[in-house]
Amino acid sequence: MKLALRELVRKPGRFVTATVILTLIAVLLMFLGGLLDGLLRLSTGALRAQTADAIVYSDASQSSFLRSRIEPDDRAAIESADGVDEVGGLGVVLLGARVPGNGPRDLANVAVWGYELPKSGIPAPPAPGEAYADELLQADGVELGDELLVGPARTPITVTGWVSDTAYNGSGGLWTDLGTWREVLSQNRPDAVLADGVVQALVVSGPGDPADVVAAVDAANDGTYALTIDDAINEIPGVEEQSATFNQILGVTVVIALVVIALFFALLTVERTALYGVLKAIGARSRTIFGGLVVQATAVTLVASAVAAVLVVVLDLLIPPGSIPLFVSPSRIVLSVVLLLIAAVIGSAFSLRRVLRVDPASALGN
Amino acid sequence: MSTPALQMSDVRKIYSMGDNEVVALDHATLTVGTDEIVALVGPSGSGKTTLCSIAGGILSATEGSVVVGGEAISDYGDKELTTFRQNKVGFVFQSVNLVPFLNARENLLVVDELGRRQGKPARDRADRLLDELGLADRAKNLPSQLSGGQKQRVAIGRSLMNEPELVLFDEPTSSLDTELGQQVMELIRSEMKSRGTAAIVVTHDDRITEYCDRTVRITDGVLGDD
Ligand SMILES: Nc1ncnc2c1ncn2[C@@H]1O[C@H](COP(=O)(O)OP(=O)(O)O)[C@@H](O)[C@H]1O
Ligand SMILES: [Mg+2]
Repeated sequence: MKLALRELVRKPGRFVTATVILTLIAVLLMFLGGLLDGLLRLSTGALRAQTADAIVYSDASQSSFLRSRIEPDDRAAIESADGVDEVGGLGVVLLGARVPGNGPRDLANVAVWGYELPKSGIPAPPAPGEAYADELLQADGVELGDELLVGPARTPITVTGWVSDTAYNGSGGLWTDLGTWREVLSQNRPDAVLADGVVQALVVSGPGDPADVVAAVDAANDGTYALTIDDAINEIPGVEEQSATFNQILGVTVVIALVVIALFFALLTVERTALYGVLKAIGARSRTIFGGLVVQATAVTLVASAVAAVLVVVLDLLIPPGSIPLFVSPSRIVLSVVLLLIAAVIGSAFSLRRVLRVDPASALGN
Repeated sequence: MSTPALQMSDVRKIYSMGDNEVVALDHATLTVGTDEIVALVGPSGSGKTTLCSIAGGILSATEGSVVVGGEAISDYGDKELTTFRQNKVGFVFQSVNLVPFLNARENLLVVDELGRRQGKPARDRADRLLDELGLADRAKNLPSQLSGGQKQRVAIGRSLMNEPELVLFDEPTSSLDTELGQQVMELIRSEMKSRGTAAIVVTHDDRITEYCDRTVRITDGVLGDD
C-alpha cells in the first residue's frame, strides 16, 4: 500500500491519462445526475411539499389532478373515517401568466394551486386574490408585490410571499386559497369548472403511518382511492420514465468508467510484470500486490471525483437560473463517487488473475 | 556443528513443456555450511539458476528434499514458500531489479514492508547496511541516479535486510566490468563473513571463485566437486 501510494506520488505522469478520462466521466455522471434531479424537482416539488400522509383521487382520474373530482359527500365520508385526523382540499390549474414589465407574449408558466392546509415551507393560505409564489418564477422576472394576470381571462393574483421547491409539471407554483383557485379555474377553463365544495384531490393525515392512512381512506369511501405521497410522486406522468431513462444512461456511464479502469490497470499490470516478479521473489504476497492496485484505482478515482465535483459545482454557478434544470446536491455527488469507487474496485479486479499468475521465478530469468 | 544453511538431497527438477521434458537438475545433492560461501560454476543452461530458485523457495523441486536453515521446504505450497522467502533467504538477481520509483534506502525497506513489518529496527538495519556498502550518501538517490556497481550494492543490501540464513547470488557481477566485479565480490565476501551468513554465488568467471570458500561445478544438471 505504501509502495502503491509512493508510485502515485513519484510517477504521477503515469496516471494522468486515466485520471483525466475518469474526471470527464465523473463530470458526465454528476451532470446527468444533477439534470435528472433538477427535472424531477420540477415535476415533484409540489407533492414533496405535502406534509400529509396520503393523497386521495377519484377513481377514473389515473392520479391526474386535472382529471380528478372529489365531491363533498366523498370528503365527508373520508373526514369521518377512523384513522383519519385531518383532511384538506387540493387543486391545480396550469396556465400562462403575464408578468409586469415583461412583453405580452413572454408568459411565465404557472401552476395555480388551491389548498387549505399548510405544507412544509408553505404557510396557511393567503388572503383571496393573493398567492405565495415559487422562487422559480424569479427567473421570469416575478417580484414581491407584482400583480400577475393569469390565463386568457387575465385573472389578477398578487404575489405576497415566496416558497421554494414547489414546482409541478415544470411550472412554478402560485399557492392560493381554494376560492381563488376555483375562480381562476372557472374564468380560464370553462370546460373544467368545479362547483363550490368540489376539489380535485384531498390530502389526508392520520395517526398511523402512511400505509395505514391509505387503508383507512380506501375502506371509508367508494369512488376514490388513496396513495401515499411517495406513490403519488411516482405516479406523476413522466417521473418514472424520466428516472428510468436517466438511470440507464447513468448506468452505462458507470460501466464505461469500469471498463476504463479495468483496461488501464490491466495495461499497467502487464507493464509491471517484471517488477511484480521481483517483489514476489523477495516475499510479496499476491494479496499485497493486488491491494496496491486497488489502492491506486481508488486514489485515481477519488482525485478524478474531487476535480469533477468542483467542476460541476462551478458549472452550476455559471449556468443562469431557469435555463437548464441542473440541480447539484451533495447527495448526488456522493452517490456518483460511491458508484465510481465500486467501478474502480470491480475494474481493478480484472487484473487480479494476472497478478496471481506472475511467477516469482521470472525474477531469476536470464 | 550447527545446522547447515542448505541441505539438498537427490533433488530433481524436470520442466515439462507439452511432450518435451527438460531435466534441469538431476539428483543434485549439496550441503552449504552455516557461513560458507559456495561458488556454483557451469556453462549456460546447465541448471545454475534452477538450483538457486529451488534453494531459495522460488521453485519447487520435482523430487528430493530441500532443507534451509533446518526448515524443510520440499512440500511447501505457494503461501508457505512466500513466508519462507520473507524470512530465510535473500536474492541478488542477475539483472538489477530495484524498484525504479524508490530511492536506495526505500529499496531496502521494501523488504520489511512486504514481509515482517518491523519498522524501526528495519530502518536502523537499512542505514547500517547502506553505510557498510558505502552508500550512505546515496541513500536518497533513485536507481536511475546510481551507477551499475552502486545499484548492485543496493541489491546486496536488499538481500540482507531480512537477516537471511542463505543468500543466493545469480551471476551478480555479469553486468559489471572486471574491476568492479572484483570490488563487488570483495564486498559480498566481507558482508557474508561478518554476519556469518551462507551464500551461493553463481558465476561463469573463474576469477570470482577466489572469493568463495569452495567451488561446485554443474554440467547438464549434474553437480560435481572441483
Ligand atoms: N521455465 C522453464 N521452462 C522450461 N525449461 C526451462 C525453464 N527454465 C529453465 N529451463 C531449462 O532448464 C535448463 C537449465 O536452465 P537454467 O537453470 O536457467 O540454467 P543456467 O542458469 O545454468 O543458465 C535449461 O536447459 C533451460 O532451457
Ligand atoms: Mg542462469
